[in-house]
Amino acid sequence: MYLYQDYDRQLLAERVAQFRDQTERYLAGQLSDEEFLPLRLQNGLYIQRYAPMLRVAVPYGMLGSRQLRALGHIARTWDKGYAHVSTRQNVQFNWPALEDVPDILAFLATVDMHAIQTSGNCIRNVTTDEFAGVAGDELEDPRPWCEIIRQWATFNPEFAYLPRKFKIAVNAVPDQDLALVGVHDIGVQIVHRDGETGFQVLAGGGLGRTPMVGEVIGEFVAWPDLLAYLEAILRVYNKYGNRDNKYKARIKILVKALGVDAFRALTEKEFAHLQGGPMTLTAEEVSRMRGYFSRPPYAADATDQPAALTAALDADAALRRWYRTNVSAHGQPGYAAVTLTLKKTGRAPGDITDTELDAVADLADRYSFGEARTTHQQNMVLADVRQDQLPALWQELEALGFATPNFRLLTDIVACPGGDFCSLANAKSIPVAEALQRRFEDLDYLHDLGPLDLNISGCMNACGHHHIGHIGILGVDKKGREYYQITLGGRGDSHCVIGEKLGPSFEADEVVDVIARLVDLYVEQRHPGEGFIDTYERVGIEPFKERAYGSHH
Amino acid sequence: MAAIIKNGEIVDDRWLRLTTEQIEADGLPADGPILVPLPVWLAQREALLARGEVAVWLAPGEEPEALVEDLDRLPLIAIDFPVFRDGRGYSYARELRTRFGYHGELRAIGDVLRDQLFYLSRVGFNAFAVREDRNLEDALKGLKDFSVTYQGDTQDPRPIYRR
Ligand code: HEM
Ligand code: SF4
Repeated sequence: MYLYQDYDRQLLAERVAQFRDQTERYLAGQLSDEEFLPLRLQNGLYIQRYAPMLRVAVPYGMLGSRQLRALGHIARTWDKGYAHVSTRQNVQFNWPALEDVPDILAFLATVDMHAIQTSGNCIRNVTTDEFAGVAGDELEDPRPWCEIIRQWATFNPEFAYLPRKFKIAVNAVPDQDLALVGVHDIGVQIVHRDGETGFQVLAGGGLGRTPMVGEVIGEFVAWPDLLAYLEAILRVYNKYGNRDNKYKARIKILVKALGVDAFRALTEKEFAHLQGGPMTLTAEEVSRMRGYFSRPPYAADATDQPAALTAALDADAALRRWYRTNVSAHGQPGYAAVTLTLKKTGRAPGDITDTELDAVADLADRYSFGEARTTHQQNMVLADVRQDQLPALWQELEALGFATPNFRLLTDIVACPGGDFCSLANAKSIPVAEALQRRFEDLDYLHDLGPLDLNISGCMNACGHHHIGHIGILGVDKKGREYYQITLGGRGDSHCVIGEKLGPSFEADEVVDVIARLVDLYVEQRHPGEGFIDTYERVGIEPFKERAYGSHH
Repeated sequence: MAAIIKNGEIVDDRWLRLTTEQIEADGLPADGPILVPLPVWLAQREALLARGEVAVWLAPGEEPEALVEDLDRLPLIAIDFPVFRDGRGYSYARELRTRFGYHGELRAIGDVLRDQLFYLSRVGFNAFAVREDRNLEDALKGLKDFSVTYQGDTQDPRPIYRR
């Protein structure tokens, strides 16, 4: 994990002082609402339906156990006892008082954490694959590059007042894309050519009201040029992005409006002035960053499929089920990565309480070198667990409610907070998620269905990523009433696809039945071994339409 | 006389900022340093130079490339922020300093507020016509918000890993 130096800490201390002063000036009436807005947003502070919402940055999802405990402390002391893992790997608090936020930030700084640029029209938190550094199939660890980008983006003076928010993701796995580079403003795909690291750079992806998949701008950007290339794109966007209409202000609209070739030409022109300049990365810097993400001291005697594990698996069907879904392969022999699903029925997806945060911290200390990760599917990961300790860990997770064996299955629902918390919502998300979880509670059936991404957003801002769910549910408003529109066929993997609308929207009490009918159709139509998305792509949307609306006609 | 912040100090401002409308309505003042909009400059360059001290201000959307031939003749270039949230001027300033090598006074005008001053100074502004209803002493503090920066800037282009 990146370890803060004195200068990082100094920066945070100065930020806390600055924001304390800004908050005091606002409360004293010296800053107008309009002037305070971007200042507080650049510190992750929204004003929401009931209270402010504070979004704490979790750079590329990495959390140390003392940071987890600190988040638990904040939930207990300044909030209502829980926090929320977001689809951008950050952690959100729904109930802080504005007056307390400077104290919360000061406390966060004691564990090298902050809320810098987690919101507002600036470069947001950099995200990556939650299995970064442990996935056996990645070309290299993307996190050093994420940290390099994070430092460049933090308080970058030129890009603090962009036309709109700006999100960058990095992925290092060739045929898989847990980082969702295709739907980010910039997607950085690590590639190797002749043994040298480089980046395929995409721009103009994003969800929201005009969902789009990014286009390749840079086919191969050599590693020393990474920041210069990003800066070139940002400068083009800063100069030419639409500032008259908030809904046309994202870079995706600019790339579309200019055409990808014209956008690329502008980028190349800026890049020509920057390439080779002082921001060129040095081998020393890259290796320094890599040093922070060196492999933990794995036990040399750990082996794959140890007897302690295989015996326990043979003995216990519940353990087997969990092992099949929630345990992922690891590049290091004898180890595994474990997903803690925050998707227990009856709990809002991604919510985690103060005592649970403490408990995860303890588990991280005892089973995973003191580190945990957040994921864009609103789960957590212990990435470095010895395989012979999996049964013991499972028992502890079971007791805590984190072992729901549904990782990437239908009930591993991604959902935004929706109408229960968010003032922009058209409809609720959380009760829909819960109703679906109840309907699909039968674990055997759930496992039989296989991988199925179901994502819910309460409005077209798409915080719940509904466009890239195999099944997406979007809250819409019809004459002041809550309705739900369904999309099918979205994919947030290396074949990134925006889902297609099924047809007219449904009332809240119809949604679960409609989803059940769609799932039934899949079960009837699937070829052996075929997942929902594959069946959908083979048979197309028509049969699903017929099944969904048939009973109405 | 109005006061501004220049090179970290509060100083009197000699320059009279004119808009296109003012110039069309009243013509140019007989003497004294004037700050004119880019379109006026481009249309009347020779006459303005003959008249005496003149400087140019850019609005968002007017890129500094238009001034490349004139940089030696302009003691001051101002960049307007009609609303502080419009960040185009940050890129213009940086280009003027780093690509075009402009060394004169670079002044932020318009909706210029304390909480943007640190960023503005880092992209190359050395003068700030802070919004009139704001206190200049207070705004000066904004220049010192941080002592640590990760990236290079126009004063020191080296990012932290090269320093
Ligand atoms: C409750 C306070 C929230 C507010 C007011 C809010 C607001 C917004 C808005 C306005 C957008 C649309 C931006 C655009 O593309 O034009 C957006 C997008 C997004 N939000 Fe939220 N959001 C909130 C909470 C969340 C939460 C809880 C999550 C995660 C669970 C989240 C994750 C996202 C993501 C991933 C997008 C992505 C859209 C894209 O890729 O273009 N937001 N949000
Ligand atoms: S999708 Fe809409 S309702 Fe849901 S959190 Fe985002 S803005 Fe709020």
